[in-house]
Amino acid sequence: MLMGKTFTIPERMRMFFKQYLKEMEQLGVNSIGIVLLISFFIGAVITIQIKTNIESAWMPRWTVGYVTREIMLLEFSSSIMCLILAGKVGSNIASELGTMRVTQQIDALEIMGVNSANYLILPKIMAMLTMIPILVIFSIFSGIIGAFCTCWFGGILNAVDLEYGIQYEFKEWFVWSGIIKSFFFAFIISSVSSFFGYTVEGGSIEVGKASTDAVVCCSVLILFSDLILSKILA
Amino acid sequence: MIEIRNIEKQFEGKTILSNINATFANGMTNLIIGQSGSGKTVLMKCIVGLLVPDHGEILYDGRNFVHMGKKEKKQIQKEVGMIFQSAALFDSMSVLENVMFPLDMFSNDTQHKRIDRAMFCLDRVNLKGAENKFPGEISGGMQKRVAIARAIALNPRYLFCDEPNSGLDPKTSLVIDNLIHGITKEYSMTTIINTHDMNSVMGIGEKVIFIQEGKKEWEGTKDCIFTSQNKKLSDFIFASDLLQKVKKMEINNMKD
Repeated sequence: MLMGKTFTIPERMRMFFKQYLKEMEQLGVNSIGIVLLISFFIGAVITIQIKTNIESAWMPRWTVGYVTREIMLLEFSSSIMCLILAGKVGSNIASELGTMRVTQQIDALEIMGVNSANYLILPKIMAMLTMIPILVIFSIFSGIIGAFCTCWFGGILNAVDLEYGIQYEFKEWFVWSGIIKSFFFAFIISSVSSFFGYTVEGGSIEVGKASTDAVVCCSVLILFSDLILSKILA
Repeated sequence: MIEIRNIEKQFEGKTILSNINATFANGMTNLIIGQSGSGKTVLMKCIVGLLVPDHGEILYDGRNFVHMGKKEKKQIQKEVGMIFQSAALFDSMSVLENVMFPLDMFSNDTQHKRIDRAMFCLDRVNLKGAENKFPGEISGGMQKRVAIARAIALNPRYLFCDEPNSGLDPKTSLVIDNLIHGITKEYSMTTIINTHDMNSVMGIGEKVIFIQEGKKEWEGTKDCIFTSQNKKLSDFIFASDLLQKVKKMEINNMKD
């Protein structure tokens, strides 16, 4: 029912785009920093772990780069990054809408004759669908830069070997697969968190509970859909 | 004019409103009074459409709100302004943006005209100069005044106020009461105010409806309250010693 109310044509396109841009900044642009930071370190750590743990005379030197790339492309930058974003963005959405509900701001919208679900939730969903794939691409690049930094500054392995491994049997589909998955995850994060926030009843304790429930539910749904999507997109 | 007929509302089998009838006239401040939990807010929520009554009719100038389609309801909602107990201003918007919001949403005027209208409304509630502040940066009384400015931005025909003086000091409450009263007269609106502030009742209660345990117990003007024989009303209104003394003095004055 809530989704039915949400997915209607906005009453004022001007107001919708205003909200859409605001949400892109709040939910997407403001998450770039944490995405770059986490991806950089994870890329570096994966490189170090692969190098130190599976090094063998039988193993080609490019293996580290190859495995780092596959992990970043297939799982970390799409699924794990979205799990992290479910914590940051999901709790943000649920607590914002929950607070608006308990302080009667949503009632105020309804009394004015505004479709509050459409005005508040649709821009969030659209903004997430726009920004999350961009964040996934940022994450991939940041992770690979992190991996190179272990070569340049840590001397873990030769940067040429890493570069060769990263380029070895590169399949463009893996990038698309990550982006396709991220669309599903973006929808899960924005819609599930919005549902928990929008339907809060009570006070600040309930808002906090809704925020926690939203993150837990988003995380479980992301993991479950990751399982299905990985099978379908493989 | 708003007319409510035989309004009934239950929650989980418990009767909250029972057979309430009332008429709220144009250009008058109509007060609904009663103890906390008496059903005042539920009644107001039913009238504005946030809750659907189980039984009864709500007529906005003869238009039956309960049995209307979505489109017609929306049209009426555009003629409604509401001031909430908590002011319910949008935290992420400045004072000016809050007042402009209904105009941005429903008016086809140019940006310049919308700003002019919002500034006029802010001026009407004596808040010129506060337009760039955010709700978190202004006092409770100022927030209520912003809520009034937002409520009148679209020139509503009906104004609803849910405990507008709650949490305010007596002096600020008086300012808010006078503002609502003045605006009601100026725009000839049908104003309904939920309150248990006796200063408001005595100050602007042109028509007062007393509700207890979901039933209408009494109806009259502020002047009739002193002479009313309704015990429940007297117990509620003149609960304190001070108000008992005021009542005695007022009755003596009337005799003289």
